[in-house]
Amino acid sequence: MDSLALAVALPLLAALLATVWPARATLLGLLGALATAAAALMVITEVWEHGQLSTALGGWDIPLGIALAADGLSAALLAMTALVGLAISLYAAAYFDGRQAMHFWPLWLLLWTALNGLFLAGDLFNLYVTLELLGLSAVALGALGGDRAAVAASLRYLLVSLLGSISYLLGVVLLYTAHGSLDLARVAAALQPGPVAAAAMTLMIGGLTMKAALFPLHFWLPPAHASAPAPVSAALSALVVKAAVYLILRLWLDLFAPLVTTGAAMLLGGLGAAAVIWGSWRALHAERLKLLAAYSTVAQIGYLFLFPPLFQATPPGPGRDDLLAALVLMILTHGFAKSALFLAVGVIQKRSGHDRIAELGGTAQRLPATTFTLGLAGIALIGLPPSGSFTGKWLLLNGAFASGQWGWILVILTGTLMTAAYVFRVLSRAFNLEPTPPGFVTDARTELPALLLAAIAAIGLGLAAAPLWPLLGGGEDGT
Amino acid sequence: MTLDTLLPAAIVFSSLVPGLLIFLVAEESHRLRILLNLSGALVKLLFVAIMIWGVYHDHNYESRLTLAPGLDLVLQADALSVLFVTLSTLLWLVTTVYAIGYLEQTPNRSRFFGFFSLCVSSTVGIALAGNLFTFLVFYEILTLTTYPLVAHRGTPESIRGARIYLIYTLSGGVLLLTGTVWLHALAGPVTFTQGGMLGAVPTEQHGTLIAIFVLLLGGLGVKAALVPLHGWLPESMVAPAPVSALLHAVAVVKAGAFGILRVVYDVYGIELADALGLLTLLGALASATILYGSLRALAQDGLKKRLAYSTVSQVSYIALGASILGPVATVGGVVHLVHQGIMKITLFFCAGNYAETLGIHRVSQMDGVGRRMPWTTLAFSVGALGMIGLPPIAGFVSKWYLGLGAVTAEAEWVLVVLGLSTLLNAGYFLPILYRAWFRPAPEAWPEEHIPPGRLETMGTLLWPPVITAGLCLIAGLLAEAPFSPLEWTELIARREYGL
Repeated sequence: MDSLALAVALPLLAALLATVWPARATLLGLLGALATAAAALMVITEVWEHGQLSTALGGWDIPLGIALAADGLSAALLAMTALVGLAISLYAAAYFDGRQAMHFWPLWLLLWTALNGLFLAGDLFNLYVTLELLGLSAVALGALGGDRAAVAASLRYLLVSLLGSISYLLGVVLLYTAHGSLDLARVAAALQPGPVAAAAMTLMIGGLTMKAALFPLHFWLPPAHASAPAPVSAALSALVVKAAVYLILRLWLDLFAPLVTTGAAMLLGGLGAAAVIWGSWRALHAERLKLLAAYSTVAQIGYLFLFPPLFQATPPGPGRDDLLAALVLMILTHGFAKSALFLAVGVIQKRSGHDRIAELGGTAQRLPATTFTLGLAGIALIGLPPSGSFTGKWLLLNGAFASGQWGWILVILTGTLMTAAYVFRVLSRAFNLEPTPPGFVTDARTELPALLLAAIAAIGLGLAAAPLWPLLGGGEDGT
Repeated sequence: MTLDTLLPAAIVFSSLVPGLLIFLVAEESHRLRILLNLSGALVKLLFVAIMIWGVYHDHNYESRLTLAPGLDLVLQADALSVLFVTLSTLLWLVTTVYAIGYLEQTPNRSRFFGFFSLCVSSTVGIALAGNLFTFLVFYEILTLTTYPLVAHRGTPESIRGARIYLIYTLSGGVLLLTGTVWLHALAGPVTFTQGGMLGAVPTEQHGTLIAIFVLLLGGLGVKAALVPLHGWLPESMVAPAPVSALLHAVAVVKAGAFGILRVVYDVYGIELADALGLLTLLGALASATILYGSLRALAQDGLKKRLAYSTVSQVSYIALGASILGPVATVGGVVHLVHQGIMKITLFFCAGNYAETLGIHRVSQMDGVGRRMPWTTLAFSVGALGMIGLPPIAGFVSKWYLGLGAVTAEAEWVLVVLGLSTLLNAGYFLPILYRAWFRPAPEAWPEEHIPPGRLETMGTLLWPPVITAGLCLIAGLLAEAPFSPLEWTELIARREYGL
């Protein structure tokens, strides 16, 4: 079997095994996570060597069969999912026990299957199927906490998720009726500007912005992400939301490229700007850490939508390649940083029984490694060097200066300062007069995965992002 | 991979690696921590010595890491970077010894020394930065790594001081980021080039260049404590004495001043900066800061606060030197980078000694302290008289060249600033010396922690200020000797002006 199919089949298989053998769910889950990460690594190496990959499942070619495809963009997201997924799995093995573990592992592996399937799907209908599977497993995971608030938030999440998928599906139906194909490449080749295509674009991207929690459709996210157990929050904020963003990007750049107008780009940019300011404002006033982290996701998603107006204004060439790489870099950095943040909050919550920011005093002394994680993740969220988002933000600002779009610069800078304010509001609470800790790490099994993710976001992605350019296909045409 | 490409990175790593290891050291492993600290400091000193020799012989050192197409992290060595690196490395070694004594028996030492080493790594990164982007990266990292040191004690006051510090420096960082990206978008990668690199920018863009300079100056001025961006410095005095000594007398404020030197000489070029009228702006700001800082220092009773306002004032001599056209004034400004550093660190060490030994925090408590702690007070006196500009101490050399440079450049108003400032310096330092040496001692000291023994206080606390006070004298007495700060600065000025 080839690597593309493995990347989808292995987590699915592990999910099934964990369902039929619940007593061994944790062990099976960990093995499944390792195998899935290995398959993802295979995909990435092959994409690195060949540029593009595609395969037809079961030997049936399109338009009849199911096609999987991978390029640099999907490989990058696959890699992020593999690393974050692996860390979440290690963490969850120590975090959940008993019944919760039994419920967690099948759902989590199903979620991973859906993510990999979505990143690798080559046609519009498979994208829909994986999107739906992703939404359902995410909702079920979110309700895992089992209390009233979690269930209520999950129900709301379910409703939004279904609305988003249906809107997307309507768009797909329109395209299928007009062009008789679901394959991304074929539809893109046949697409003609006109009312049908415009309606399809509006429906599909509109539905996805709901899933991506773009302001003002973000209302469902904070309660859902804040009430889930820590490893689940990490997956929801770092990975699930990114899947919708990935899909929007895919449609925007590949499918609807001839259709997108400056007006539409400005609309997305404007909503993104509002998200940056509003999300940061709410994060600044959150009383609980998890709510802060969730609102921070709303704001960080906003940054990603500042890119479309710049794409519109930048002709193909090195400048555009830089913007695309910067966007992917910001997606990846946020994925690592936010998962690290949620996992660290989980450690604090387990240790002290709450996550109220006002009562964090002494965390720096009791949990040095976790406080470090908070700090590193915070640096990546603010976009300070040497994090990946610093490079991303630099290129974003550079693009804005180069195309003279001053408004976005102001938004980015304001957002940066607001993020710094909410991050250091937490960190400054961590210091007090508590005695010295016995050592740097107190619980290796939960603290180290989080610390590792934060270090990747705040240092690794900043210093070692150069391979992104050739991976995304920008490097070779002589920059 | 040769020595030439590895040495600048090795200088950064020689404190970064021990720093990271120290975080993992258990709190009670006192010796292991000292070993890591001192071996890092000594290895760094060795590397720096090699670099001084190489740069003197026109050798090129450069480490480069590509972050994105056209965006490189570059560490390189020219005469100016070597000056700042040497200063930081020498004083790091001395301050480490001091901090080991100062922090004995206090909690969270692994955290303290870990961040302390990271701070020094970012400072040498700033010194060795080969372009404005790299400078910005290390400048921001310096902000981040200093924050936990200011908040170290965990008291409400230190957390408040740390917050104020952060508000100022991060806002400044945003200004610097904006200016840097803008310049990058306008002129491509901003590599530090002797004589400037913006000559090719067309004249119709000169308005933009002025705006960018204001942004950069806004960002750098925060750390350099230019009025009105200086508010964080007195508030940060809640930090432990070694932090105030090294970071707020040397690393942080110098990072800002050093950045101003880089922007004026190696980005804009002093001729272009003069033609755009930027030197007038810089000179006016620097003069205002010099006078304002001294005036505020007069009114402070807290010893560390008085020293902090004195820092505000003295650091601006560097910017003042940069604002006057001509190699002589350049020498005066740049050499003050070193001279102010060794004098101010001496003063802060002494302030720490008074507080740790006798519980003295205020000027009004210093009556007769000279007889109880003669060596400390002697070192303090050398530092204070040097700040006033008394020959043969280092500070005199700085003021002499600044004055001479002003006369050469026909900017006589600078002499007025220098004269007034010297009067004010005397006004806030001489009363301290008078109290310490000539007033009778009180019945009991506020809180005597360390009883008098063979030495007036612990050896690790006493030797550092005595050594740095000695450096202040040597730098002044042997100013004409080879490899003295003055000689090296003249080398910088010659290369900068292409003489």
